[in-house]
Amino acid sequence: MTGATRAGRERGTTDSGAPLLELRGIGKDFGSVIALDGISTAVRAGEVTCVLGDNGAGKSTLIKVLAGVHRPTRGQLLLDGSPVEFGAPRDALDAGIATVYQDLAMIPLMAIWRNFFLGSEPTTGWGPFRRFDATTARDVTRRELAAMGIDIRDPDQPVGTLSGGERQSVAIARAVHFGARVLILDEPTSALGVKQAGVVLRYIAQARDRGLGVVFITHNPHHAHPVGDRFLLLNRGRSMGDFAKGELTREQLTEMMAGGDELTELAEELERPPGDG
Amino acid sequence: MANWLDVASTLGIMAVAVALLMIGGHFDLSAGVMTGTTALTVGVVAVELGQNIWVAIAAALVLALAIGFLNGWLVTRTGLPSFIITLGTFLMLQGLNLGLTKLFTGTVQVRGLADVPGYHSAELVLASTISVFGQPFRIAIVWWLLLTAVASWVLLRTRFGNWVFATGGDEVASRNVGVPARRTTIALFMTTAGAAWLVGSITAVRLTSVQANTGTGQELIYIVAAVIGGCLLTGGFGSAVGAALGALIFGMTQQGIVYLNWDADWFYFFLGAMLLLAVLTNQLVRRYAEAARR
Repeated sequence: MTGATRAGRERGTTDSGAPLLELRGIGKDFGSVIALDGISTAVRAGEVTCVLGDNGAGKSTLIKVLAGVHRPTRGQLLLDGSPVEFGAPRDALDAGIATVYQDLAMIPLMAIWRNFFLGSEPTTGWGPFRRFDATTARDVTRRELAAMGIDIRDPDQPVGTLSGGERQSVAIARAVHFGARVLILDEPTSALGVKQAGVVLRYIAQARDRGLGVVFITHNPHHAHPVGDRFLLLNRGRSMGDFAKGELTREQLTEMMAGGDELTELAEELERPPGDG
Repeated sequence: MANWLDVASTLGIMAVAVALLMIGGHFDLSAGVMTGTTALTVGVVAVELGQNIWVAIAAALVLALAIGFLNGWLVTRTGLPSFIITLGTFLMLQGLNLGLTKLFTGTVQVRGLADVPGYHSAELVLASTISVFGQPFRIAIVWWLLLTAVASWVLLRTRFGNWVFATGGDEVASRNVGVPARRTTIALFMTTAGAAWLVGSITAVRLTSVQANTGTGQELIYIVAAVIGGCLLTGGFGSAVGAALGALIFGMTQQGIVYLNWDADWFYFFLGAMLLLAVLTNQLVRRYAEAARR
């Protein structure tokens, strides 16, 4: 496994041009607890980097480091090849790194267009009469959603009335519209049914095709493998390897995710005693 | 008609501000007693310290905004429910109102505002009566309508309004997308305090004497009016116009019972029934919006 890791890393640095975002030995401690250690990978334009790991593997901490919520304790973040530090989520956003959180950062009771522009509302008028440009906001929302192939009947309907997949797509369309170059998706498919998950994977591919670097965080190798170009596997805050697509089959990925031997043991344990079931 | 509009106007000014705060996800239990604090400040500074009434009104505004800021700052800083924080300021202000009034005047009221310099211009702006179609209307009604219009516009047509809905709907989520949730919350508490200042000044100028217990107990009435007007207790939903209508319904009920010669004791029964009905209706709205989760 160490060999594979090294091979993966070398490939990451020998590809043409500097990656959009590169992680070098990133680590994060909370007091004496080491949440992340020695994480390295690269996110390239027009590629999907999948971060896979079980619960507690450090996926959420990694996202928060990338999104500027946490400062890394060790290691370096490189944006277009030069080191950066994010002090606040706003810094990461300004650098073009948009994060779509699991809870989607959307307000269920608010209209789609209000959610779409939340925190970055377009304004018109001057002085005390500066106001939220609702007409533009509605039009842009409808246009951007249509460009992602999402047909919204009415941008005035509350986000709470949308399905999970539709909400994900609104969140992705929002990030794309606001000039994201790197799109971080936190478990976008985990709460969805098979069909809805497929819809979201299609939006991920679409964002990739528009030239974004996508970081796709998931614990489902079946969702990761079809769209992923790179796979970073995490276990208890440590990297289990950083692979390019050709280096892994879906079966290998699944096995590594499931903990391989552990799963075989579990299967044996559950089967006993033979003949009783 | 002028009579119930009059009741509704001062209540309405507060209900609209409280509605904004509730949409933003918070309560202010000190709002009622703050109308007393500001009225007393106007009285004490003008009468006891011998200042022009406009100076006194300005001093009361500064004080109100400072209390509002303190409420907001404590709530955002500690993350404790605003219910508890403002219950603390409510009790503290109640004690201060009584203690300081006694200290300055030796009694439990400030009187003699009609004789201080500048009173007539203040009366014109805050407590005059205008005649429309032969009916006398208090000028406070104009303030109420103006405030409702401005609050509505801010809520529906400005960035700040969008932030208010978002902060009340889901504070963490809105902060994640870059909404300055803390500043929004503090601004809302200061708005409520500002409305309390307006009502306190109107009360002081209109009555020319202020009791130390003015406004105590009103804070729940404001919340009731806002809820009757469609505000969710959980935040994130409501309107300024609704709160103004809630105040109107309240004023009509209060006066209506008097005109019908009913026992005024029944008033609170109706108020409670209306509140319950409003809460149940609001609940349906929320369910509708959150039903089709996935």
